[in-house]
Amino acid sequence: MTDTTRTQLRQFVERRFAGIELTDDLDIFSLGLANSLFSMELVLFIEQLIQTQVPSEELSLDNFRTINAMTALADRLTAADLRQPAELG
Amino acid sequence: MSELLTRPAATVRSPARARFRAFVDEFVTPVAAAYDASGTIPPPVLDAVSAAGLWAAVLPAARGGSGTGMVDFGVLHEEVGRGCSSLRSMLTVHSMVLHALDRWGTPSLRERWLEPMLSGQVLGGFCLTEPEAGSDIAALRTTARRSGSGYQIDGLKQWTTGGQRAGVLLTFARTERGISVFLVDGSDPGVSRQPVEGMLGTRASMLAHIRFEGALVGADALIGVEGAGLGLAAGLLDIGRYSVACGSVGIIQACLEASVRHAAARAQGGAPLRQHQLIQQLITKMAVDAQAARLLCEHAGSLKDTGSPATLAATCHAKYFASTAALRAASDAVQVQGAAGCAPGADVARYFRDAKVMEIIEGSTQILELLIANDACQRLGERGPRPEGD
Repeated sequence: MTDTTRTQLRQFVERRFAGIELTDDLDIFSLGLANSLFSMELVLFIEQLIQTQVPSEELSLDNFRTINAMTALADRLTAADLRQPAELG
Repeated sequence: MSELLTRPAATVRSPARARFRAFVDEFVTPVAAAYDASGTIPPPVLDAVSAAGLWAAVLPAARGGSGTGMVDFGVLHEEVGRGCSSLRSMLTVHSMVLHALDRWGTPSLRERWLEPMLSGQVLGGFCLTEPEAGSDIAALRTTARRSGSGYQIDGLKQWTTGGQRAGVLLTFARTERGISVFLVDGSDPGVSRQPVEGMLGTRASMLAHIRFEGALVGADALIGVEGAGLGLAAGLLDIGRYSVACGSVGIIQACLEASVRHAAARAQGGAPLRQHQLIQQLITKMAVDAQAARLLCEHAGSLKDTGSPATLAATCHAKYFASTAALRAASDAVQVQGAAGCAPGADVARYFRDAKVMEIIEGSTQILELLIANDACQRLGERGPRPEGD
C-alpha cells in the first residue's frame, strides 16, 4: 500500500508542478509554489486515494509538507479505517 | 434554438431545477425589488426557505441535509440568484458555515448547532474580512487567546453577509500556531453588531460589521486544529465561490429573460427592438454567456460530487467567467431598456448593482486571475503538460 500511495502522491504533485525536482522529503510548501488552495487539493486527493475522509485533527500543514508525511498520513488513516469494523463490533 | 434559451441545458441533468424555479418564482422574484429597497429580507421569506428545506441543501440526506449533490446545489443557487442575489448571498454563507460544521466540527459542536442550522432556525455568518485583511487573509488581526479551558476572541470583522441576524459566526482568528477557525455563538455578550446599509449591491443581505470584545468559546469551538485556518479558508471559500458562480449564472439568465421581454414589447423606428440587429447582438452575448457559465458551473459541481481535487481550479474558472459575464450581461440589459433600465426599482438596475458585487466577493476578479494564471503556468511549466498516467 505504501509504495502505491507514495507513487500516486508523487505523480499528483509532479503533474501539478511541471518540472519540479521532487524528492520524498522535499517540503513543497517551502518552495513558494504551493498555496492554501493546493493544500485543500491535497486533502481531496488523499481522500480520493484512500476512500476515507481526513479527520479534522489531521489537518495540520505538517501532514502535507512532504511526500513522506502524506504517505504516512494516508497509511495511518487507512489502518484506522481497517480497524474500525472490529472496534465497532 | 428556442429550447436552448428557455430551458437551460443543465435541466436535463437536474430534475430539481423545476422545483427550485417554481419556488423562486412564487416566493422570491415578486418581492426581490421591494426587499432590495428596504435593505432586508423579512422573516416570511426566510421561513419559506426553511419550509422548502433549502438551508440544508449543501448536505446530503445521509448527513441530515436536503441536498442531492453539488450539481443540484449549484442549480438551486442559480435559480435563487436569478430572483434575488441578496437571498442567494445568505444561502451562500450559511452553506459555507454548515459545511464547515459538518465536515470539520467537533462532535459537541455538531450536536449543538447542526440541527438548528439544517432547519434554518439558526443562520450562519462567515467572519473573515477585516479592516486590514481581505484578499490577504494572512494579514488578519483578530486574536484568539487561550483563556481557561477555551479561548477569548477579540477583533473587528467587516462586511459579514447576514451578520445582522446570524446566530453562529464562523470566525477566523490568530492563535499561537497561526490562523485558526472558531464557531462562535452569536449571542455571546462579547459579540456586537453594526448594521451596514446602503451598499451598492446585494442590499438586502443584512450585512453587518461584527466586533468581538472578550467573546469566550470553549476548546470544542475550534474547527480543525490550530493553524489550519488558511487551508480551511480555501476549502470553504471554494463552496462560496461555487455558489457565487452559480448565482452569477442566475443573474445572466435574469438579464436575458428581461431583455427578451423588453425587446419584444418595445418598438422603435417602426419595429420591435428585437428586430434591431444591435439589440440582437446584446441578446446573443447574454444567451451564449449564460450557457457557457452554466456549463462551467456544472463541470465544477460534477467534480465536487466525485470528490476530485480538480474541482478547486474548476470553481475558480467558473466564478471568474460567470461573475465577469454577469456584469457584462447586466450592463447590456440596462442598455437594452435605456432610461427605463436606470429607473428606481428597475430589475435590471438591481442586477447591474448586484453583478458588480459578484466580481468582488469570494475571490475578486483580480485574485482569481492570479490564481488561474499561476495554476496554468505551474501545470504546464516549460515542457508542457505531462500526459495522464505518466
